[in-house]
Amino acid sequence: MSDVRGASLLSAHPEHSAESPLSIHAMTVAYRRRPVLWDVDYDAPAGALVAIVGPNGAGKSTLIKACLGLVAMASGRVAFWGRPLREVRGRIGYVPQRESVDWEFPVSALDVVCMGRYRKIGWFRPVSRAHKEVARACLARVGMEEYASRQISQLSGGQQQRVFLARALAQEADLYFMDEPFAGVDAATERAIIEVLRELRSAGRTVICVHHDLATAREYFDHVMLLNMRVVAAGPVEEVLTAENLRKTYGGRLTLLSEVSEAVARGEGG
Amino acid sequence: MSPEVYRLVAIDLPAMLGGLMAAVTCALLGNFLVLRRQALMGDAISHSVLPGLVVAFLVAQTREPLVMLLGAAGSGMIAVLLIEMVRRVGRVDPGASMGVVFSVLFALGVLLLEKAAVRHVDLDADCVLYGQPEYMTWLPPAQWDAFFSASTLRLVPRQLWILAGALVLCSGFVVLLFKELRIASFDPQLATAQGISARLMHYLLMVVVALATVAAFEAVGSILVIAMMIGPAVSARLLTDRLVSQVLVSVLLAGVGAIGGYWLAALGPQVLGFSHSVSSAGMIAVVCTLMVGVLVLLAPRHGVLSHRLRQRRLARRVLVEDLLTTLLRAQQAGDAQVAPDRLASVLGGARRSERAIELAMRDGLVQQDTTGVRLTERGEEVASRVLETHRALQRYLVEEVGVRESHAHETAERLEHVVDEDVLRRSGGE
Repeated sequence: MSDVRGASLLSAHPEHSAESPLSIHAMTVAYRRRPVLWDVDYDAPAGALVAIVGPNGAGKSTLIKACLGLVAMASGRVAFWGRPLREVRGRIGYVPQRESVDWEFPVSALDVVCMGRYRKIGWFRPVSRAHKEVARACLARVGMEEYASRQISQLSGGQQQRVFLARALAQEADLYFMDEPFAGVDAATERAIIEVLRELRSAGRTVICVHHDLATAREYFDHVMLLNMRVVAAGPVEEVLTAENLRKTYGGRLTLLSEVSEAVARGEGG
Repeated sequence: MSPEVYRLVAIDLPAMLGGLMAAVTCALLGNFLVLRRQALMGDAISHSVLPGLVVAFLVAQTREPLVMLLGAAGSGMIAVLLIEMVRRVGRVDPGASMGVVFSVLFALGVLLLEKAAVRHVDLDADCVLYGQPEYMTWLPPAQWDAFFSASTLRLVPRQLWILAGALVLCSGFVVLLFKELRIASFDPQLATAQGISARLMHYLLMVVVALATVAAFEAVGSILVIAMMIGPAVSARLLTDRLVSQVLVSVLLAGVGAIGGYWLAALGPQVLGFSHSVSSAGMIAVVCTLMVGVLVLLAPRHGVLSHRLRQRRLARRVLVEDLLTTLLRAQQAGDAQVAPDRLASVLGGARRSERAIELAMRDGLVQQDTTGVRLTERGEEVASRVLETHRALQRYLVEEVGVRESHAHETAERLEHVVDEDVLRRSGGE
């Protein structure tokens, strides 16, 4: 049944490729009539680490949320492997911004990671021991197994981010959306995260990250989407991160100019 | 059956059971309202059901509990939808939206009630607003052999059955949807992305809150029901750090509040020499609220007192460690002992240095004689550890974080007292 529906979507909209884990077509999102995203078209490559880069207010988080159906689109279509969201929810993982939740909430690190299993567990059923063991293994993958029973407010910012990452791993998804996983974390956490991202890539998964730091974007990611309400450029890092594209994305903002030129210089030097 | 026992069974038992079931039902749901920062939603709903009650009464011409329940639940849901609508359309914050909606609906209810009460004496405003659990009486046969028969159950006041139904419904709701409520409250975005719609969970919770509120009316009235929703839940939050234990503890505290409140109301005034007992609904609310007050001060981990104690302990440790490092630095510079007045100038005053020396001596970390203060062997050990921490931090701040040397010393000075061993062990490994 779902196959038929997927196929019909494909034939009706040939712009959606069945291979691409994420394909966005003509997406426009507006908050109170002011457009935040305008006519976004994008096809994500399979098995790659993709960074969405752009200035504050460029609509990066909104793009992710619109893909996941968390904010309504004014127009446009999103398909995953050529299928609509509701057919493939279980294959999609999500790491929201760390600030989006209340870290005083009375749950342990392990409880939070278990939340990644809720869809697999299904409605009304409690979290079984087997699922808890999977969650524990995911905590171990981000080096947090000793903190499993800590209440989450007693973790540092970096540790909280790693718990979020472990929760995403527990979702066992094929496509991940991560909203600024590197924001405000310590060096050790940054290394842990990038290691996990690379593991995911070698397992053939696709990860799409909102990313702030141009300097590390080049080092960590394979593909980049430069976004500022519209897609300025998208593709392999070397092709996209050019001085010209960055100027178009960031405009003439003084504070960012030095950062941009530095990133470009580093790229050309290396 | 003796008259005393019969009084207990006929009057105290139903009222107490009613209060208990109402309190437990409300506390179960209150946990989620508090955690979702929607504590006032219970209040908003309980006020908003008034017009529904009156309209149901006027239409059906009966005070039949089921009719009342339907009317109240209906207007409760209208209130929830209106609140959401005002928030979205009016672009105001949820608190303001609740305030506008529930006060208007409540006012409407008061007007309708006045209008209705002129014609129907048996719809009593006081009863709706403040509740009268004492009116829930059960008059079973007074003989024991007649007592144990099916007809006795039929005499159980209908309000009790409704409360029992509400309790079963809410317990079922919380138990079956526990993990869905947990994720929708903690991380609504991930919940929705996984197909557990946070909005659906919100409305489900609101429906159940509306039903519980209405059912609890008889016990405490529409105004005091909020005390039963919030009091035990907030108290339990102060005592635990896990959602499961919080919910269980809140249920326990609700039971204590309901039964304790009932007996305090019944017997308390007599103990103080008054002849009449006071409203048990009011007393239950007072007990539930007092609980919060006591725990805010005394809760083991989250209370004000334990917080203060921890701060004092830290302040003491900082003082002692500053003394020890000062002595160690002096020792390394060739002075095995330091005169008290020199310590006073480093530690910020004679009183502080005296206190530091006193505390350090008690722990056997320093020795004092007429010429000055010196480190003991153990004191030297502790001091070197603190100094090591300081150096490691300073190195880290300068090399990894990029803080200037001059600043790094000050920051390290403050951090050296609070960094735990675990962190240090790891940073030492590099």
